[in-house]
Amino acid sequence: MITPTHYMLLSAALFIIGVIGVMTRRNIIIIFMSIELILNAVNINLVAFSMQLHNAVGQVFAIFVIAVAAAEAAVGLGIILAFYRNKESVNIDEMNLMRW
Amino acid sequence: MRYIWIIPLLPGLGAAINGLLGIRYFSRRTAGLIACTMMVAALGLSAWAFWQLLGMPADARAFDVVVAQWIPQIPLATRTGIGMFSVPWGYRLDPLSGMMILVVSGIGTLIHVYSTAYMADEPRGGVARFFCYLNLFCFFMLTLVLGNNFLVMFVGWEGVGLCSYLLIGYWYEKKSASDAGKKAFITNRIGDWGFVLGIFLIFSTFGTLDFRAVQNAAATMPVESMQFGVLSVICLLLFVGATGKSAQIPLYVWLPDAMEGPTPVSALIHAATMVTAGVYMLGRNAVLFSHAPHVMMIVAIVGVVTALMAASIGLVQYDIKRVLAYSTVSQLGYMFTAMGVGAFSAGAFHLMTHAFFKALLFLGSGSVIHAMGGEQDMRKMGGLKKYLPVTFATMMIGTLAIAGIVPLSGFFSKDEILFRSFVANKAIWVVAVVTAFMTAFYMYRLMSMTFFGGYRGPAWETASHAAIAAAAAHDVAHPADAHAHGQAHKDDHEVSHGPADSAGGHAVHGAHDDHGGGHGHGPWHGPHESPTPMTFPLMALAVGAIVAGFVGIPAAIGGGNAIEKFLEPSFTASATVAEGAERASVERPAAAAAEAEGEGGEHVSANVERGLMVFSLAVAICGILLARKFYVTSPDISERLAARWAGPHRVLSNKYYVDELYDKTVISGTFGAGKGLWAVDRNVVDGVVNGSGWFTLIAAWFSGLADRSIVDGLVNLVGRTVEEGSFSFRKLQTGLVQNYALLMLFGVFAFVSIYLFIR
Repeated sequence: MITPTHYMLLSAALFIIGVIGVMTRRNIIIIFMSIELILNAVNINLVAFSMQLHNAVGQVFAIFVIAVAAAEAAVGLGIILAFYRNKESVNIDEMNLMRW
Repeated sequence: MRYIWIIPLLPGLGAAINGLLGIRYFSRRTAGLIACTMMVAALGLSAWAFWQLLGMPADARAFDVVVAQWIPQIPLATRTGIGMFSVPWGYRLDPLSGMMILVVSGIGTLIHVYSTAYMADEPRGGVARFFCYLNLFCFFMLTLVLGNNFLVMFVGWEGVGLCSYLLIGYWYEKKSASDAGKKAFITNRIGDWGFVLGIFLIFSTFGTLDFRAVQNAAATMPVESMQFGVLSVICLLLFVGATGKSAQIPLYVWLPDAMEGPTPVSALIHAATMVTAGVYMLGRNAVLFSHAPHVMMIVAIVGVVTALMAASIGLVQYDIKRVLAYSTVSQLGYMFTAMGVGAFSAGAFHLMTHAFFKALLFLGSGSVIHAMGGEQDMRKMGGLKKYLPVTFATMMIGTLAIAGIVPLSGFFSKDEILFRSFVANKAIWVVAVVTAFMTAFYMYRLMSMTFFGGYRGPAWETASHAAIAAAAAHDVAHPADAHAHGQAHKDDHEVSHGPADSAGGHAVHGAHDDHGGGHGHGPWHGPHESPTPMTFPLMALAVGAIVAGFVGIPAAIGGGNAIEKFLEPSFTASATVAEGAERASVERPAAAAAEAEGEGGEHVSANVERGLMVFSLAVAICGILLARKFYVTSPDISERLAARWAGPHRVLSNKYYVDELYDKTVISGTFGAGKGLWAVDRNVVDGVVNGSGWFTLIAAWFSGLADRSIVDGLVNLVGRTVEEGSFSFRKLQTGLVQNYALLMLFGVFAFVSIYLFIR
C-alpha cells in the first residue's frame, strides 16, 4: 500500500535533488532543469494530498503549476538564448553584471 | 481779437518750417522769405488787434483768450489753505501788451528784412537756421508779452533766453561766441532762479498765477512802507529775475559779451525786445511793486547805478557794438529807474522809444560793419559819411534821439523819467542827469569816430587808390590789412580774444568780429553803402525814432501825454477793487503809479518841469559839443586826457574789472566749491564705499573659511562614513546567482526553524 508518506518521501527526495542541482551546478540549463524538478516535487505533493483528502483543488493547483512552469520554461529558455548570444557560454558564474 | 493767440503762433510756424525743412532744403532766399512772411503776418494781426483795442472804452481795454487748460486742477497748499493749482494757456491783450506786441512784431519784421541782406554771405543751411532761431525768438517773445499768467510768461521768458543763447552762439565754431552764449545763458539762470521763486511765492500767497487776479488781490493788501513783508519779498525775487534778463547790476555782464552774435540779433534781442522783458515784467506787476516801496527804492538805485556805470564804461570802448551794448545796459538802467520811482508808464514809454532808436543804432552799426568788411574797431573807421550817406543820416537821427534832443523820441521819454525821478529823489535825478550827459557824449563820440574826420581804415583796391593798395600789399605789418581781406580773419580773432584784449591796442579789433568767416564776396572794394533790404529798415526805424515820442508829449508843454493815459489801466488794479485801494492810497507814498501823477503835478509846477526839460536838453547838447570838440575838431585832447588820467581810463577800459572780479569770486568760487565737493566725494564718499567693500571682502573671507571647514567638513564626514561603511557591505554583492540562492535557502531555513521552534 502506497501511503502519503511514500509520496512525501519521493517528493522530498526530488526537492532535495533539485535544490542541490540549483546550488551546485554551473550550467544554467541544468539549473533550469533542477528548478523543474523542484516544481514537480511540489506537484507530487499537491496531487498526493488531493487524493488523500478527496479535494480537487490540489489537482487544479498542480495543473496551474504545470502551466506556469511551461511559461517559465519558455521565458527562461529565451533568457538563456539571449545570454548565450552575448557571452557564448551558459556558465552561471558569468552572469554577474549586477555585482559591485 | 479772439485770434490774438495766432500772433505768436505765426513766427512759431515759421520757425518750425525753417527748422524742420529749411536747414536741409531751402535756399537762402526761401528761408528768409518764409521768416519775413510770418513776421509781416504777425505784424498785421498785431496792428489789427491793437486797432480793435483802441476802439474799446479806455477803462475796459483788456481782452482774455484762453486757448486751452494747460495744467488741470491740482490741489496745492497755499498760505490760506488748499488752493487749486490750475493754469490756463491764456493770452491777454491790454494796453501794455498791445504796445509790446507792436514793438516786437514791428521791429522784428524790420530786422528780419534786414537780416536777409546781412546774412546773405552765410552758408545756405546757416541762414535757414538763423531765421529759424529768429522766428522762434519772436514766438517766445510774443508769448511772453501776451501771456495772461506768470507761468505762460515764464515759458516765453525761458524761451527767449534759449533763443538768445542759440543766436549769440550762432557762429558756434568760434570759441568766443559759444562762450558768450554760455555766459548769457548761465547768468540768466541766476535771474530765473529768483523769478521762479517769486512765482512760487505768488502762488502760495495768492493761490493763483493770473496777473489780473494777483493784482486785484495785492491791491487790497496794505502798503508795506514800514515792514518788509511778503509783497516785498515777492517783488525782490521778481526783480532778481528782471536783473538777469534786463542786464542790470549785478547780472549785466552777459550783455556786452552777447555782441558776439550777428548784429541783427544784437538789435532785436539785445537791444529792442528781450532785454526789455524785465522792464515789461515789472510794469506787469506794477500794483505789487507799488505796495513794496522798499523794493521800489532798490529798483531805482540799482537802475540808476547801472545806468551810470554802463555809460561810463561806454565812454572809452572802441568796439562799435560794445559801445552800443553798454549804452543798452545804461538805457535799461534808466527804465528801471523809472519803474523804481513809480513812473511805470514813463519806463514803458522809454522802452518803446528805446526799442526804435537802439534797434536803429545797432542796425546802423551792422551796416557800418558790413561796409567795412567785418571791421568793428572804431579807430579803423572815420570819415565814412561820404561812403554811407543813408546809414550816416539814420544813425545820426538815432544818436540825437538817444541823446535826448528835442523833438526826437528819446527826448520825451527820457525827460519824463528825469522829471519823475526829480520829483521822487534828487540824488537819483543828479545821477541820471550825469548819465544823460555821458550818453550824449559817448554816442556822439561813436558818430565822430565812425563818420567824421579822416579815413583811418585799411586800403582797398581801386584804380584811384592804386598807390595805397600797392603800399598796403607790400607792407605786411600793416595791422589792419589782414582784417580788411576776409580770408585772413579766422586766425586773428582766435588769438586775440579775451577779457584783456581792450588793454592792448589792436587786439580789440577783430576780436568781436562779426563776420566769422570773412566777408564772403571776394576782395573788399572799400566802404560801400549797404543794399536796400538793409537801408530800408534803417529808414523805417529812423522815422520811428523821430515820431515815436509824439505819443508822450508831456502836459507841461502842451501835449496830451497820450501814452501815459493809454498804459495806465495796465498798471493799476481793475476798477472793481479800485475803491479798496483808494483807502490805502492815503498813506501810499509817491511811488504808487496812478497817484504819483496827480501828486507830482501838484508838488512841482509845470514851470519846474519846463525848466528841467531845458536843463536836460542843455546837458545833452553840452555832451554832444564836448564829444565834437574831443573827437572832431581837436582829436589830440582826448588822447592827452587819456594819458593824463591813465588810471581811471584803464579802469574804464577794463569795465571796472567786474568780469575779473566775478572770475575771481563767483566763478573760481564755484570751481573751488566743485573741487572741494569732488574731494569730499573722492575721500569721504568713496572711502565709505570702498571701506564697506573691504569690510565685506574680509567678512566674506572668514565666512568662506567657516563654510569650507565646518559645513564642508560635516558634509564630507557623512559622505566618508557612508563610503567606508558601504565598503564592507558591498562584498555581499558577489554577483554569483548561486550565492544568492544559497542565502535565500538559509533564510528560508532560518524562518522555518524559527517558525517551528518558537511555535
